[in-house]
Amino acid sequence: MKKELLDEQDKPTQLRLQTQLFLAFFRVGILGYGGGPASIPLIQKEVVEKYKWMDDEEFSDILALGNALPGPIATKMAGYIGWRVGGLIGLLVAIFATIIPTIVLMIIFLNVLNAYKDKPWVQGISAAVVPVVGVMLGVITLEFIKSSKITLGWAQMLIVLIGSLIAIEFLGIHPAIIIVILLCYALLTPNKKKKKCDL
Amino acid sequence: MIYWQIFLAFFIPGILGYGGGPATIPLVENEVVNRYEWLTVNEFSEVLALGNALPGPIATKMAGYIGYEQAGILGASVGVFATVAPSLILMIALLSLLMKFKDSPKVKKMTGLVKPTIAVLLGSMTFGFIANSFDGIGITQTVIIAAVSYILLEKRKIHPAYVIGGAIIYGALVLG
Repeated sequence: MKKELLDEQDKPTQLRLQTQLFLAFFRVGILGYGGGPASIPLIQKEVVEKYKWMDDEEFSDILALGNALPGPIATKMAGYIGWRVGGLIGLLVAIFATIIPTIVLMIIFLNVLNAYKDKPWVQGISAAVVPVVGVMLGVITLEFIKSSKITLGWAQMLIVLIGSLIAIEFLGIHPAIIIVILLCYALLTPNKKKKKCDL
Repeated sequence: MIYWQIFLAFFIPGILGYGGGPATIPLVENEVVNRYEWLTVNEFSEVLALGNALPGPIATKMAGYIGYEQAGILGASVGVFATVAPSLILMIALLSLLMKFKDSPKVKKMTGLVKPTIAVLLGSMTFGFIANSFDGIGITQTVIIAAVSYILLEKRKIHPAYVIGGAIIYGALVLG
């Protein structure tokens, strides 16, 4: 009986918690421009500063953990924090709030654009955004090269870069195969702490 | 069958893309443009451009939209699930194990080693977009738009949403 009473009392707090989770990640999703990595500071603001669900240290631990795993970072953060704060429902609420609003916007916008596909002004729009996206991708490409150079050094980075280029572009090997080989290599070779790794 | 294809098309990028959502983009392109031919390179670049102009994580927006176009709401759900679930489940399941290794040199090496490969994929997409644009609107227009957007994005640090908005207006008025 006492337990029932507790459950009764828990209900409104549970609901409030889930609402807070929804609002926190809804704001992150709708305000975070520039993809998931750009929304990390927004998540920190909501989770650590506003709702105080965890401290800075735990947050940066979770971030480091997320970065060690593949795949999009924003949903990993939302899912994990939602799970940690509000269980399985919390996980679903946080992910839903992060991604659904912008997916809906995306589907609406692109379908409107497709409906006027044959109009010259729509074709002009399609043509004009291609170079902009090219520039954005070029910038990300350089960022990946730079950050890899910091971890691997010039020589090893260039070997992997040129090796991947030949394998993917000239030999037509699926990138997944190359990535799996590289991951195995990283896991199976011993850490050379003292000796300089000059591979 | 289509759901299984959608699942695979987003599952593979989701578990191999080291470096967050942007790292998964070329892997997604490889699946949806080259392998399954759901979109042309130009259509893919439109989706990517609009995705960059809208807020929120990019990988799930791409998965949601492409999944929806191929197979409706269920297709969108499958695409998003395949993008989000595998690495999230790994994160939760392996939490204590990963906590021990998150600062380990091996993990850093894994991420570092995969990044040049991702850079090759991103670089070849960049090249593909620019080449496509040469064919479509010519070298002069391409260079002008690319140079102006580079200056605005990188030197003046203007928000991508405004730059893409500007390109949309320019395209509708000048190139249309």
